[in-house]
Amino acid sequence: MSLAKRIIPCLDVKDGQTVKGTNFVNLRQAGDPVELGKKYSEENADELVFLDITASHEGRKTFTDVVRRVAAEVSIPFTVGGGINELSDVDCMLNAGADKVSINSAAIRRPELIDEIALNFGSQVCIVAIDAKLEADGKWYCYLNGGRIRTDRTLLEWGKEVADRGAGEILFTSMNHDGVKQGFANEPLSLLSDALPIPIIASGGAGCMADFRDTFIQGKSDAALAASVFHYGEIKIADLKKYLKQEGISVRI
Amino acid sequence: MKVAIIKYNAGNIYSVVHALNRLGIDPIVTDDTVQIQTADAVIFPGQGEAAKTMTYLKKKGLDEVIRQLRQPVLGICIGMQLLCAYSEEGETNCLGIFDVPVKRFHAPEHSFKIPHMGWDTLIKPNGALYQGVPENSYVYFIHSYYVPLSEYTIAENDYILPFSASMAKDNFYATQFHPEKSGSVGEAILKNFLQLV
Repeated sequence: MSLAKRIIPCLDVKDGQTVKGTNFVNLRQAGDPVELGKKYSEENADELVFLDITASHEGRKTFTDVVRRVAAEVSIPFTVGGGINELSDVDCMLNAGADKVSINSAAIRRPELIDEIALNFGSQVCIVAIDAKLEADGKWYCYLNGGRIRTDRTLLEWGKEVADRGAGEILFTSMNHDGVKQGFANEPLSLLSDALPIPIIASGGAGCMADFRDTFIQGKSDAALAASVFHYGEIKIADLKKYLKQEGISVRI
Repeated sequence: MKVAIIKYNAGNIYSVVHALNRLGIDPIVTDDTVQIQTADAVIFPGQGEAAKTMTYLKKKGLDEVIRQLRQPVLGICIGMQLLCAYSEEGETNCLGIFDVPVKRFHAPEHSFKIPHMGWDTLIKPNGALYQGVPENSYVYFIHSYYVPLSEYTIAENDYILPFSASMAKDNFYATQFHPEKSGSVGEAILKNFLQLV
């Protein structure tokens, strides 16, 4: 099987600028998401994710401009997320040139949004992001609003519903692993991957190159997303791909 | 050079526009018969559903227009599938340039996800479209239906089973993958296509 496991850098964008620091000293504007996206694309990143973390209306317009510029300048697929609550938001992002959108809280609040996106634009544009936390009773509970509001939905049950409603992919972030840099949540990831017919993107926990290998093998993930290890230059995408290839994993080099 | 991109009710036509812009070409996006007929090259892009798209093309009279084009034509993804005879998607009669069917992937085991989504390799790429494109170059696929291998196949891929990654017949060329989203390899393929003019 030659389908490549995907490596996806995630860029947080606020008021048109990337938030997290970067080690790319040779960039003219290190904070420009378009420049950074191009740089990652040249390093052979497989896709990009741009998350709008701006709340204001003005910031929203700025983000749309960023999406437009990325579409013009970057020749690999990219996803946008953050603040997508209804079909008109999806329409706006796709019109600006995004290939896919990622929805999270809005999908839990109104699951029909998934059906609507799949019906109007096709499943391939709809990524449902799930933030979940392992709790004392041994179950993974889904959270809203960037992990601030707990719901009664459990990971596998919600994942199944999301796939049934026509999502194209699931982006799963373990709140227990996110930011800890001790590896991805491979146990629930492999459960999701076995149970669902759609691709699963692992997110949260990348600390070293072996973590990526482990999520592709043990976690059965189809893609892995990370932010800080790439932004701070701790892991170069080119080196990561070389390493994964040596470890026998199918990657695009 | 006048390049026409056929406009229809499908998403992401503009990624093809951007890709051509990066090659220094300013294409027109149109569903106007004359504009399409008088273009030096025509691109039939794609993302969408077969039955709905065929209905739209027929309503606009574009089905006949496309069949009679004699300049280089490139069908991408659903654009390639609609150039075939028949699609299992919505049990749709298509344009019939390539006398082959479009079939749905069936995963024999659970390790194959459908759609076939992501970067996969070009096997045995040959002909003008793939000049300078090495075997096993990665391109971006996203599809749940496939065209079996046939006399028209000019590049293969293997996912669940071997299928046509790309086809050609006379002035008609087609790719199941998205060259406009396939980085520098995709750029080279689009450049080769434009050189057919």
